[in-house]
Amino acid sequence: MSGESYIRRPNRPLQIYAVVFLILLYVPVMFLPLFSFNDSLYVRFPLEGFTLQWYGELFQRDAVWNALWNSVRVGVVVAVFSTTLGVFAAKAITRYRMPGKGPMVTFIMLPLVVPLIIFGVALLVLLSQLGIALSLYTVAIGHMIVCLPFSIAVLIPRFEGFDASIEEASADLGENAFWTFWRVTLPMVGPGVVASLMLTFTVSFDEFILAFFLSGTEPTLPMYIWGQLRFPQQFPSILALSSIIIFVSFVLVFAGQWINRGALSGSAKRSGA
Amino acid sequence: MSDQTLQTRSAPVATPATAGRFGRLMQRSEASRGYALLAPSLIFLGVVILVPFGILLVMSFWTASGFGFDTNFTTANYQKFFERPIYTALLNRSLFISGMVTVFTVLLCYPMAYYVAFHVHRHKMLWIVLMTLPFWTSYLLRVFAWKVVLGYEGVINSALMNMGLIEAPLEFLLYSQQAVIITLAHAWAAFAILPLYVSLEKIDKSLLEAATDLGDGPVRRFFRITLPLSLPGVISASLLIFIPTTGDYITPALLGGPDGAMIGNLIQKQFGPINNWPMGAALSIILMLCIATISLVFILLTLFVRKRVS
Repeated sequence: MSGESYIRRPNRPLQIYAVVFLILLYVPVMFLPLFSFNDSLYVRFPLEGFTLQWYGELFQRDAVWNALWNSVRVGVVVAVFSTTLGVFAAKAITRYRMPGKGPMVTFIMLPLVVPLIIFGVALLVLLSQLGIALSLYTVAIGHMIVCLPFSIAVLIPRFEGFDASIEEASADLGENAFWTFWRVTLPMVGPGVVASLMLTFTVSFDEFILAFFLSGTEPTLPMYIWGQLRFPQQFPSILALSSIIIFVSFVLVFAGQWINRGALSGSAKRSGA
Repeated sequence: MSDQTLQTRSAPVATPATAGRFGRLMQRSEASRGYALLAPSLIFLGVVILVPFGILLVMSFWTASGFGFDTNFTTANYQKFFERPIYTALLNRSLFISGMVTVFTVLLCYPMAYYVAFHVHRHKMLWIVLMTLPFWTSYLLRVFAWKVVLGYEGVINSALMNMGLIEAPLEFLLYSQQAVIITLAHAWAAFAILPLYVSLEKIDKSLLEAATDLGDGPVRRFFRITLPLSLPGVISASLLIFIPTTGDYITPALLGGPDGAMIGNLIQKQFGPINNWPMGAALSIILMLCIATISLVFILLTLFVRKRVS
């Protein structure tokens, strides 16, 4: 393409801007791990000695382990349920023409836009009127509101990226709907399913706003952190805990994106076609 | 994403659903199959979104009485909202802060998205993942990180004092509207980058080539072609940031101080320490109405501008 040569000319200032932008995106977050190894009660420069003390302290706290276990349980349940519903919805959205699809999709994606505090208080009001006590179950229901649209958004490019006629061929060759799904559809969208599980788990694991309104006596990990933030002398161990969470989240998300990388080339292929 | 993958993979062919007996069957039941697959999600979200919203709306016309509610229909909560200046002041401040966050974030993210869409050719995917990765980590922790950076004894203040540039910590850094705006802009950057990138990536590069051939300079070309064509991205980026941030209460609670409190903090307090749920419900409904109205006006305005430009 002749046009490329002009556009491709490198733009040095823009390149510098992009690198600075990326650095600024990461630096604030990276201060948490940096100070978590600092041998001082105070989060300030200059850094003092290197220590693993705060991590050690963390491992002796039962409250942390309980909160972690709560978050993991909620995260797993939410990931499985929202991904299951997400697979059906993503297939319906990409494959079938049906009247009213636009508004229905908008409705499903609404939680990505509406302030979460509204969902939190609305659900709290409903539960209290029904007389349902707050628990990890109510947290999980709240988390599913946010995770379902995420799951669908991750899965849609996967379904768009593969040829529907393969499914039809399988059906023509005598496979029933279940086996077609199991042996044809699932392997094709499998990476998207894994990515969706990982990303929705991360979203649920890190979610705070809904948990704030919907958790009962059992705190999730972000709720535990929130409780500790009131005490400045707890900062170092919270820094340690935050660093572990950030590290695990980064690994899960990066792995999820990497596993699902075909989906994006799939959608690029579409726009290129 | 490279040109190579584009060539080696064949484009998917949309098979007409009319092929064969199976196809005819599928076509007839296509819509119903779609509805059936979509039903679980719709029913779930209907139950946990629409029903609670209905009850929230009803409750906003109740009043708190002792440990329960007086369920007689009254508009007292709404009257209270308009009579007491503190409520409207907090709402206005929330809209102002979110507006500032939206403007800053979109302005700062546009060149970034532009760079990746137009100037990155080999590792687009890597850039996109890198730009959105921080967004996936806990929102609470990103806000906490800014507290560490901006605090009285935080990174910036202690570094400046060590260098001897300042004597006492800069107090305006923490517990201010600036702190809230900076933190929110950082926390929501990914919501701006993605839609901006998608809309910029879609632009047919040959249009720019044509404009250059016809004698347009880089500035004219940008304002006459790139910017108008990326407006849909600008609209969705703005809405994706403005709407959720108006209800935020974590950032103001941790970094806002008395001058940085927003309507979300007030709503949270009504459902917590103040324990006046009907008032909290009324505030939530007012916030929703405000957001809906502003979004609608914004969308109509941008569409109008876009029409005039093209």
